[in-house]
Amino acid sequence: MTATSTARPVEAGAADRVAVRSYKAPIAYGIFTLIALVLFVVLGRDGTSTFGLSTNADLVQLAPVSLPTRITGIVVTVLLAVIAVFAFTLARAARRIPLWLTVVFGVLFLVAFLTWASANQTIPVPGLLIGTVSLSAPLIFGALGGVLSERVGVVNVAIEGQLLAGAFVSAMVASITNQPLIGVLAAMVAGMLVSFVLAAFAIKYLVDQVIVGVVLNVLVTGLTSFLYAQVLVPNSQALNSPPRFPRIPIPLLSDIPILGPVLFRQTIIIYVMYVAVALVYFGLFHTRWGLRLRAVGEHPTAADTVGIKVAATRFWNVSLAGAIAGIGGAFFTLGSVGSFNKEMTAGAGFIALAAVIFGRWDPLRATLAALLFGFASNLQNVLGVIGSPVPSEFMLMLPYVVTIFAVAGLVGQVRGPAAAGKPYVKG
Amino acid sequence: MTDSQLPGPLAPGRPETLVAEPAPPGRGDDGQQRSRWDTALRDILGGSAMISVLAVLVALVVGAVLIAFTDERVQETAGYFFSRPSDMLSAVWDSVSGAYSALFQGSVYNFRRPGFANGIRPLMETLTFATPLIAAGLGVALAFRVGLFNIGARGQMLIAAACAGWVGFGLQLPPVIHLLVAVGAGILGGALWGGIVGLLKARTGAHEVIVTIMLNYVAFYLISYLLRTPGALQAPGSNNPKTPAMADTAVFPLLFGPQYSVHAGFLFVVVATVFIWYLLNRSSLGFRFRAVGENPSAARVAGIDVKNSYLYAMLLSGGLAGLAGASQVLGTVTTGFSAGIDAGIGFDAITVALLGRSKPWGVFAAGILFGAFKAGGFSMQAAEGVPIDIVVVVQSLIVLFIAAPPLVRAMFRLPTPGTGRTRARIGAGKAEVAK
Repeated sequence: MTATSTARPVEAGAADRVAVRSYKAPIAYGIFTLIALVLFVVLGRDGTSTFGLSTNADLVQLAPVSLPTRITGIVVTVLLAVIAVFAFTLARAARRIPLWLTVVFGVLFLVAFLTWASANQTIPVPGLLIGTVSLSAPLIFGALGGVLSERVGVVNVAIEGQLLAGAFVSAMVASITNQPLIGVLAAMVAGMLVSFVLAAFAIKYLVDQVIVGVVLNVLVTGLTSFLYAQVLVPNSQALNSPPRFPRIPIPLLSDIPILGPVLFRQTIIIYVMYVAVALVYFGLFHTRWGLRLRAVGEHPTAADTVGIKVAATRFWNVSLAGAIAGIGGAFFTLGSVGSFNKEMTAGAGFIALAAVIFGRWDPLRATLAALLFGFASNLQNVLGVIGSPVPSEFMLMLPYVVTIFAVAGLVGQVRGPAAAGKPYVKG
Repeated sequence: MTDSQLPGPLAPGRPETLVAEPAPPGRGDDGQQRSRWDTALRDILGGSAMISVLAVLVALVVGAVLIAFTDERVQETAGYFFSRPSDMLSAVWDSVSGAYSALFQGSVYNFRRPGFANGIRPLMETLTFATPLIAAGLGVALAFRVGLFNIGARGQMLIAAACAGWVGFGLQLPPVIHLLVAVGAGILGGALWGGIVGLLKARTGAHEVIVTIMLNYVAFYLISYLLRTPGALQAPGSNNPKTPAMADTAVFPLLFGPQYSVHAGFLFVVVATVFIWYLLNRSSLGFRFRAVGENPSAARVAGIDVKNSYLYAMLLSGGLAGLAGASQVLGTVTTGFSAGIDAGIGFDAITVALLGRSKPWGVFAAGILFGAFKAGGFSMQAAEGVPIDIVVVVQSLIVLFIAAPPLVRAMFRLPTPGTGRTRARIGAGKAEVAK
């Protein structure tokens, strides 16, 4: 992550440079350790939990792993307590708590939770992860669009609208042409059109960007719902039955145990997603385009002084962001569901927005945040099938509660691009 | 941890003004003196009232185009437009005028019903729909004025509905007291749910947009769980995720007799509007709120406790959303509610606050307008088969156009008001500051 931090010249101000004893993260660790103690030890369940590691179609079959439920819970809780104490000593010494520690803590907690929840049951690990990828895909596309747009200085609350417009148009165009790829292109155009309106109002008419974004979401929701009821429902055979993308396994790579079926036995849109994440990351931090983009988002006056056209840079990059979010919309109709439904994005755009802020406006971190959300919602699906001891509503709540904890405790005062949300008047 | 870090990029800049006006082109710079009448005419033509009227008009026209294009008769007759254009034109007229007159008759006055008392019933319906919209809109607007973007009115309403509902059907109290306790419980529930956001924002710097979005989902799932758990909110002896009906003592009395649906919740909302107007414009807390909203750093330098202002603002904002939730449960749907009790009002409240420019009486008017759209939309859907979603389109277009006066002026070639020499200078100065 060194490339990321060096590429961001103005880190979050004095708060980061001056050594501050922050006990937020250790306290968060402590709370989760207590939860683990109660859940896995006090309310511990007996039996063995099995993790299935292979699907039937795999070349290399891995034997399922079995863990004794209660012992695993106790061992992991002890480990969690050790990490929490270690974090407290780090905080006392005014040292930063490294990211890997949080990751290790999270993974351990998760393993213990899965073990606890699946006593005398089998959890299909590849199934859990495959579902994660497909639930995260629209979030990742939306988050990439959000990162690009906000890095160039235009707050993008309209991700939801871009996703929904993409979903609607791709379903219609793909049904008419019978070509899913043309549907994706149409979705990109649709997302771009939403972005055009956002950019025009934000840049030309200097309207508050959050307001335009919110209103655009409402507008697209109303428009697609109206057209869905008036046009798509009466002609659903001709206009709302798009062909879906087939799964294309990549030779060799798809035979890797666990990861193969998860990452390399997917549809084209998912492969496009890998490329998009890499391109946005590389472009943003290692090309002239990205430097200019970030300059306009951080300090438009300075960028203007050295001859960068602020308005044009903002306009075209916001449009690009819309196009990327549009692909995410196409995934709803052409990748997963197979037809357009009223308000089918169901708030995914807002979750993507949360992923942008959670990921601190960094494409890779935002992608990880989106994956976390996808994983949590899919975990609920899987546990619902095997019969979880926790009411399903609380499982559904989990990702949102975790996000609140993370934003309050771990991320803290996040700082976005300095000029995001501010119109630039040349003068 | 300086306060200058607090407003993230999502913090709305100055929502009550909606637009950072650019320097108007200095058209008066040629030294030409304009007569007073000329200036007055220009100010009226390009002024904000005119812009608002035109924005509504343009939005209605766009809605009409959508209605006409998706109408089946219009599509049929368009096939032979060049041989008999009158057919298509009359089909267009029929579809559009039918839809809009149904919208009007469903929201203001129904001419088909005999007598004034019956004809005015739709207007009362409008006020009923407007009641929670105004309350929640005031909450969002108040948060806007403090520089906070409260997307969480939905969650606050749900929690408030649960609290008010639980008091409403679970307790046995004397008539008036029961109602007041139930409303109070709702306001308290909403305030607490909003207060979480304010507390996290003030103490940890967590971004209020994320926290409110997340709390919306948490509230929804929490209510869903309570609604299907016997002994919590679920009606006894039922398997549906629905509460029992409210006790008669806890229900808002109808204001104008049983033939009109408007209930006493409307009075609460009027009082709330007056209260918020007083709070923002006449009280020292309101002054601190506005100072923080305009410029948190300057407010902090002036000795205002910015963090506590965020907390109080979110408590009040949540409380107002809570009033909306209580009015839904105790006034509109008194026969027991399910998890969809918020009916999208939490999000509509954002557009209401924007249309009202975050001013209390502006929000009141915007709430009534949107209430009219809602009441009319349902009867339009029933009478003409035009989906109610068209109302959402028209509403959002209105807000969009009102937010961009230069666009509306360009569309109708209206003059920019105050294009005199001195005004131009002031405008340029403002733009400089806005940067």
